[in-house]
Amino acid sequence: MFMHRILIIATLFLSTQLATAQESLFGVPATQADIDKSFWSIFPDGEFLPDGEGNVAEGRELFEYQCNLCHNFPGENDPVKNQIGKLFGVDDKRGKSNFEQTIGSYWPYPTIVFDYIRRAMPLVAPMSLTNSEYYSLTAYLLHENGIIAEDDVMNKNTLPKVEMPNKDGFINAYPEVPEKYLAKP
Amino acid sequence: MSKNKNSLIIDTTDHATKGGLLNRRLFLSSAIATTAALATTRAAYGQEIVGEGQEDWVLYPGSDAVEYSNRSRFEVNSVKRLLPNDSQEFLDLRLTKIVARTPLDHLMGTITPNGLHFERSHQGIPDIDPDQHSLVIHGMVKNPLKFDINALENYPTVSRNHYMECSGNSNVLWQETPTNQSLQEIHGLLSGSEWTGVLLSTLLDECGISPDAKWIIAEGADNGMMTRSIPIDKALDDTMIAIRQNGERIRPSQGYPMRLFNPGFEGNTSVKWLRSIYVSDRPVMSIQETAKYTDMMPDDMALQFTLEQDVKSIITRPSSAMSLKKKGIYEITGVAWSGKGKIARVEVSVDGGNTWADTALEGPIHAKMLTRFRIPWMWDGSPAVLQSRAIDEFGRFQPTRKQLIDARGRNGVYHFHAVHSWGVATNGEIKNVYA
Ligand code: HEC
Repeated sequence: MFMHRILIIATLFLSTQLATAQESLFGVPATQADIDKSFWSIFPDGEFLPDGEGNVAEGRELFEYQCNLCHNFPGENDPVKNQIGKLFGVDDKRGKSNFEQTIGSYWPYPTIVFDYIRRAMPLVAPMSLTNSEYYSLTAYLLHENGIIAEDDVMNKNTLPKVEMPNKDGFINAYPEVPEKYLAKP
Repeated sequence: MSKNKNSLIIDTTDHATKGGLLNRRLFLSSAIATTAALATTRAAYGQEIVGEGQEDWVLYPGSDAVEYSNRSRFEVNSVKRLLPNDSQEFLDLRLTKIVARTPLDHLMGTITPNGLHFERSHQGIPDIDPDQHSLVIHGMVKNPLKFDINALENYPTVSRNHYMECSGNSNVLWQETPTNQSLQEIHGLLSGSEWTGVLLSTLLDECGISPDAKWIIAEGADNGMMTRSIPIDKALDDTMIAIRQNGERIRPSQGYPMRLFNPGFEGNTSVKWLRSIYVSDRPVMSIQETAKYTDMMPDDMALQFTLEQDVKSIITRPSSAMSLKKKGIYEITGVAWSGKGKIARVEVSVDGGNTWADTALEGPIHAKMLTRFRIPWMWDGSPAVLQSRAIDEFGRFQPTRKQLIDARGRNGVYHFHAVHSWGVATNGEIKNVYA
């Protein structure tokens, strides 16, 4: 109650003080630098993709030094590395089990690859590469999943146009799970 | 401890100053030693002191009050369980242990002590300095704003009892044959707390969100920057920026200094170490809401944004961790919860679901919180299958495992919420079974 009264007084005070500027009791205006530091999301239509460009050959080389420690190359079959995360080699376009759900068999949008590996990989030091290097790794992963050609280049214009095999494989369960997937008594 | 007190050595070299003044504590401790020695001597002469037969903790003063308390040193079993059976080679590449499960069999009531709340991260628990952390709200807003922990503490907060359940809790029950796992291993990604925070609607209001806003995109400041999209109707309803858990500041493993908390939603959406909220007209489709946390259905389509959790219940006692020593009366108890609201009813069966009895629910019953149920049971020594099933205030019911699998198949890895069965053998042993 007491706190509320203070807040009401504070609101009255602040609203006369800051009628046009920021309308926050205790927050401060966020600067573009604040936003750039904390916001890394990329949308499927390519919004927020950065400048830079990469290709498959460079991606292959980067993969060897930055990723192969934990993830198999196509054709390699180290079981521990498969357990960490299998990145290639599932042809079934709707990989059924968790284990078979790879970029080529399951992921619906190409932008997820860039968004994820930039924010989270390599596990030892995420965000330690350049945007162009992340484009190259994205190109390499998409190529080895049979989605783009060896000489395709990836940048903020080409990447969102890549069509993923499982792009239509998802059904929205919010706010309600569709009737057919509800357990019947 | 008490032994030391019996043989207290008076250290007359413990000088406080030059010139023979001894430490001021010395007189006091020598008096204690004298009293203790006297008691021992009297006992030796057969004189009956009144404390005869009392334990040391009755006869001697206890230990100091401390700044932050621990449990009794005898409580060694009530601990979280870390990753099961992963090879060292795997852990070497994985770098951090990312899962710890709550010992539900050791707990009663509905509140999980902070130190036993389950933990799940993707790339480890960050060690965030609160003075260098703040939350930025931006995107489709008039005023992008920034709030640090001190700013958040100034707002009127709400404190609400809510459960938190990982989307992958109980997921071994999708497997074709029952695993020989314990209650803690199967269902331990579940906890309950009183969460205190600022309603997100308060902050969104100050930012002035666009009428076209449909989602918010939350990002964490952890290694890997966890990202999830939350529908705006939820964000404006009961979603909070949680800063306290059971009264104290939330712990690093729970998102210190601030986390998103979406009551009743799958755990992964309650982004910890929250740093950015982008107000949007569409979901971002992050890896965690496409490649992960989605479930393959029998028609090869994947269910996405299974956000609001179903109604569910589990029996915590008796359960795998104990065996029934003899025939007789036992209390069957457990917890029930619903991602939509309050639990209305919980029934228990001891014959694998043929007959059911109503249980007593322990109040007060909170929406989107664990509710404890209890019913006494006379075990006659014959084999039994214990089950519980819950119904929430909206009439949503907990399906049998068969009903759930008939509708959703067995290829999903998350969101298992069907009735679970404990099989009791004639020797009193209890195991995870399918019935
Ligand atoms: C030190 C080990 C390590 C290194 C090096 C590493 N990763 Fe990973 N990677 C992991 C782990 C562990 C996960 C699972 C993360 C999780 O649980 O959220 C993962 C997950 C992934 C995934 C998601 C896989 C899935 O489950 O579908 C992709 C894609 C990926 N890594 C790409 C890369 C790329 C590209 C590199 C090199 C730049 C790289 N990783 C380097 C350990 C590593």
